[in-house]
Amino acid sequence: MHLNLTKKLNFANGKGLLDIDVQIEEGTFVAISGTSGSGKTTLLRLIAGLEKGAGFIKIKENIWLDTANGLHLPPQQRKVGYVFQNYALFPNMTIQQNLTFALEKNQSTAIITELVETMELGELVNRYPQQLSGGQQQRVALARALVRKPPILLLDEPLSALDEGLRNHLQDYILKIHQKYQLTTLLVSHDTREINKMADKVFVLEAGKIIKSGTPQAVFAKNRIAKEYQLSGTVIEIKDKGNRYAISVKIGGNIIEVEKGKQEQNALKVGDVILLSTTVLNATLKK
Amino acid sequence: MDAAFWQTLGLTFQLAAITTMVLLLIGIPLAYFLANTQSRIKPVLEAFISMPLVLPPTVLGFYLLLLLSPESIFGAWLLETFNLRLVFSFAGLVLGSIIYSLPFMVHPIQSGFENLPPSFSEAAYTLGKSKTETLFKVLLPNIKPALLTGIVLSFAHTVGEFGVVLMIGGNIPNETKVASIAIYDEVEGLNYAVANQYALILFLFSFVILLLVYLMNRHGLRVNKF
Repeated sequence: MHLNLTKKLNFANGKGLLDIDVQIEEGTFVAISGTSGSGKTTLLRLIAGLEKGAGFIKIKENIWLDTANGLHLPPQQRKVGYVFQNYALFPNMTIQQNLTFALEKNQSTAIITELVETMELGELVNRYPQQLSGGQQQRVALARALVRKPPILLLDEPLSALDEGLRNHLQDYILKIHQKYQLTTLLVSHDTREINKMADKVFVLEAGKIIKSGTPQAVFAKNRIAKEYQLSGTVIEIKDKGNRYAISVKIGGNIIEVEKGKQEQNALKVGDVILLSTTVLNATLKK
Repeated sequence: MDAAFWQTLGLTFQLAAITTMVLLLIGIPLAYFLANTQSRIKPVLEAFISMPLVLPPTVLGFYLLLLLSPESIFGAWLLETFNLRLVFSFAGLVLGSIIYSLPFMVHPIQSGFENLPPSFSEAAYTLGKSKTETLFKVLLPNIKPALLTGIVLSFAHTVGEFGVVLMIGGNIPNETKVASIAIYDEVEGLNYAVANQYALILFLFSFVILLLVYLMNRHGLRVNKF
């Protein structure tokens, strides 16, 4: 997949240009990270054809955009699976109807049966979107996006509104469909842990440009030589101990307490996702 | 209550029903266009549509009279080409009512469209659906309360019009004599009892209609939480 896109944008600090030129191997799971307003969503919208920009898009053998030759396919002809931040399920239709709406003319309904099974939606099909929880709506939105069997799945921060436990659960669903349907997936995410878990490759966007790219490990770890290692976790408690703070961090199934001086504590609060780095000097390894 | 009384009321509701149907057909595309356009003519168009809200109905009626009368170029052309005479006729009343009640149909539908999340239509497009299919299967079904408000308000407003009708329709029984005109006519003739019959019916009708609109909107708000 070849993306070469430019578009004028309004950034927080004035006007600028989104300018991206990348090759992505088919079947790759790509995370797009970056500060808000850096152009992440715009990039997805340009690929889907929901916004107009200049450049060139080629997915497998199909050219979707080639402004030099006056080609600009509308979103209807691009075949992307797009999951919106607010899911965009249609309130006037049941889950079943939302899914069948997405069918192409003469397409068999077998795909819907299959998706309902894969996404475990069996009990929900006769309900309306308003009657579903956020996580359930998310699964429906994913299923609906895949009905046309698109080669590419675009996810615009789909998990940002969900709580921690549900996020993990849905990440597994997304990985499952990514592999099952051999998709090229682009996920907009702020969550380092999410990116580490899911992505093969990450692009860090800033003011419309890719400033870093590579594997999540390479991009997020400052130092790849393992004198230091990093674990991401969640702050669950901050205790005031007079001149120091005891900060409890949950990492996987463990809770680790880290002591910090008053100055160092600065902006941490309960619920923050943090990177805990430590050196390997005292590490013990057991079999 | 004699036959003439029921005839007048029948004519009034017939006018309102036809006007509302035509307005629905015009109002949906117009509101859809206004809700989706960034064009420079949007404010101009919006101002024109809203004019009947502030303009004295007699002004609107007066210009329609000038435009449609067989002495004018347009009126003469209509008469010659289609054998259509729009002043002092039922067809003329329909035309006047459409213009007069246009904002009552367009405004609710336009704001209904504007309050839908843009991701609804975008999602439908990424699912391969055309704009028309998206309009009929996704957008319109999700603005039902707005459509009902538009229909009910246009109908009621047409029943209640007076100035435009008087100017271009006059007071011809079974052709242009609607209830609001009849009230004026009966009062002029000092028939207060008959005037009161019309007035009471219109009074109750207006109250019930408005009550319906508010009940519908309350229900609509409960259902359509996005």
